[in-house]
Amino acid sequence: MHPRTLFDKVWAAHEVRPQQADTPAVLYIDLHLVHEVTSPQAFTMLRERGLQVRRPDRTLATMDHSTPTTPRNSLGIIPVTDGQAAAQLDRLRKNCADFGIPLFELGSANQGIVHVIGPEQGLTQPGMTIVCGDSHTSTHGAFGALAFGIGTSEVGHVLATQCLIQNRPQTCAVRVNGRLQTGVSAKDIILAIIAKIGVGGGTGYVFEYMGEAIRALSMEERMTICNMSIEGGARAGMVAPDDTTFEYIAGRPFAPQGADWEAAVARWHTLPTDEGAVYDRVIELDATTLTPMITYGTNPGMGMPIDGVVPSPDEMSDPSARTTLDKALKYMDLQPGQPLLGHPVDVVFLGSCTNSRISDLRQAARLMQGQKVAPGVRMMVVPGSQQVKAQAEREGLDAIFKEAGAEWREAGCSMCIAMNGDQLAPGQYAVSTSNRNFEGRQGKGGRTFLASPLTAVATAINGKVTDVREMLTEPVGV
Amino acid sequence: MEPVSTFAAQAAALPIENIDTDQIIPASYLKVTDKAGLAEGLFSNWRYNADGTLNADFVLNRPESADARILIAGNNFGCGSSREHAPWALIGYGFKAIISTYFADIFCNNALKNGLLPITVDTETYYQLVSMCEEDPSTTLTVDLENQTVILPEGQQVSFPIDGFAKYCLLNGVDQLGFLQQQEEAIAAFEASHSQPVATISPA
Ligand code: SF4
Repeated sequence: MHPRTLFDKVWAAHEVRPQQADTPAVLYIDLHLVHEVTSPQAFTMLRERGLQVRRPDRTLATMDHSTPTTPRNSLGIIPVTDGQAAAQLDRLRKNCADFGIPLFELGSANQGIVHVIGPEQGLTQPGMTIVCGDSHTSTHGAFGALAFGIGTSEVGHVLATQCLIQNRPQTCAVRVNGRLQTGVSAKDIILAIIAKIGVGGGTGYVFEYMGEAIRALSMEERMTICNMSIEGGARAGMVAPDDTTFEYIAGRPFAPQGADWEAAVARWHTLPTDEGAVYDRVIELDATTLTPMITYGTNPGMGMPIDGVVPSPDEMSDPSARTTLDKALKYMDLQPGQPLLGHPVDVVFLGSCTNSRISDLRQAARLMQGQKVAPGVRMMVVPGSQQVKAQAEREGLDAIFKEAGAEWREAGCSMCIAMNGDQLAPGQYAVSTSNRNFEGRQGKGGRTFLASPLTAVATAINGKVTDVREMLTEPVGV
Repeated sequence: MEPVSTFAAQAAALPIENIDTDQIIPASYLKVTDKAGLAEGLFSNWRYNADGTLNADFVLNRPESADARILIAGNNFGCGSSREHAPWALIGYGFKAIISTYFADIFCNNALKNGLLPITVDTETYYQLVSMCEEDPSTTLTVDLENQTVILPEGQQVSFPIDGFAKYCLLNGVDQLGFLQQQEEAIAAFEASHSQPVATISPA
């Protein structure tokens, strides 16, 4: 057999029917994750057509997007005061009950952001196909799964048939050479990649991240990178599984046990790309010269080294590109040539499926320890799941944040998406560890600088955009 | 779904690149459980002023563009969130086709499943269409899906690519779920021959 890439292998193993002259491939889906926002219309379609969910045992639902992250009441319940959100959550409860789908109920021990809970439970495994009505499903690719976001019509397709109609994407190797320097993290790698290729640069491709820098990353750091593949336009992002992957999965609730585990690991060992396999495209990045990154504009591709200056629309030759940057800078109220270092911020948001896992919180807490959030700055720390929250509390991380003056919240998407009560006021500036700085994403009129958790904490302490390297004498491990 | 046939419609230009689905329909409108009322939120960050009044400068609010049913937009239209609410909102507003130099992956899939045509043209044609609409807001284009062409007012024809299977479904008004359901035998055979790595109902 000719040499194949990781993607080729996972794709081939899931073809129920290969692509033909006049029809796309039919791909089998191993795991379907569901949340309250993108599923109700799909369940309605099932009811209208009298269809069942084909494999509830391959489906899992959670509540995350429209859920409040405000503290529990005296009964231990997280109150949902927004009537529309409450109705949406009720609908998910009913849909799951009617169709036999397991649901991680709001506030229950396992609830959390859909892309945090899959890996946390050991449901996300190498070689699987995983979909969700959510573009950041690419996160799960960190395990060597083929994982991507779908629309609500496709959610209906998977519920009804456990399959999707798919055109085969192309492959792109993203090689990150060398090792990161102190204060530079996985988030900076992915922001640098997207700044390099642009938000549409990966359209039509599945990325496979590789190289020394990627191998050296923990699973949670690899998830941060794969998470934002979609921000570069890629269909999915993958990392070949290795011992780091297997160690992370071992012992998790849904991980294979005993003899099944041995068999699974043997199978997973066959997944990495064969020697000599060819990618349709290759992108290279040098990790050794990377600095902390920050975005200045209104899409994740408008990023630069933290000590850089805002670019000028006049430098753009293409008229649409010029208008686009001009519009972005007006929205952000920034001037060409302006540095972002020292720019005051109103809010610091540490959370989202990009950076809300236990290692993110540990790293942030280590830098925060004994420090205070600058006066006038609101810092929100939002764990990605109830499990992350509980673990952080066992380690006393919550106390560090609270003593510093930050808010310690319940798990959820929170201020990553302005639909659950957590949002910026018009005109406010935030440094956020989330993944999107689109106009209004964090609240109508709100302005987002995307950055790493370390940059977020450094900024919170100083009240202005800060180069974390100035505060570090040694690496902050994860 | 209604079959898509040849249609002529007025076009409006929004020459901004990377228009993400958060702009097409902001998250605050996503707390619904059906598809109704989304048109109200279409481009709401741009269409309405902070006090909720209409922003008179926004192209779709100009009286001469009120009948626009084709939108011409900069490259990478529909990037970002996978929300199908984006094509639902565009369709709810009345749009039948979007013309751009390329579309984000998930948006393109979602649009096709709802009968909204994503039409890809080259950069030169894109700029030609943008200036036509800016000079004459009543510019009307004809879209012929069968022949995969856009016909400009002077009769110039521009061809566009479209996935053959999606085209078949659009022309015949059939949805793709039907095709998947026809694969039942193959799906059952696949399931029978593949191991079960996870069962979400019960931990291993
Ligand atoms: S945290 Fe943000 S990006 Fe992630 S799933 Fe939630 S809303 Fe989407």
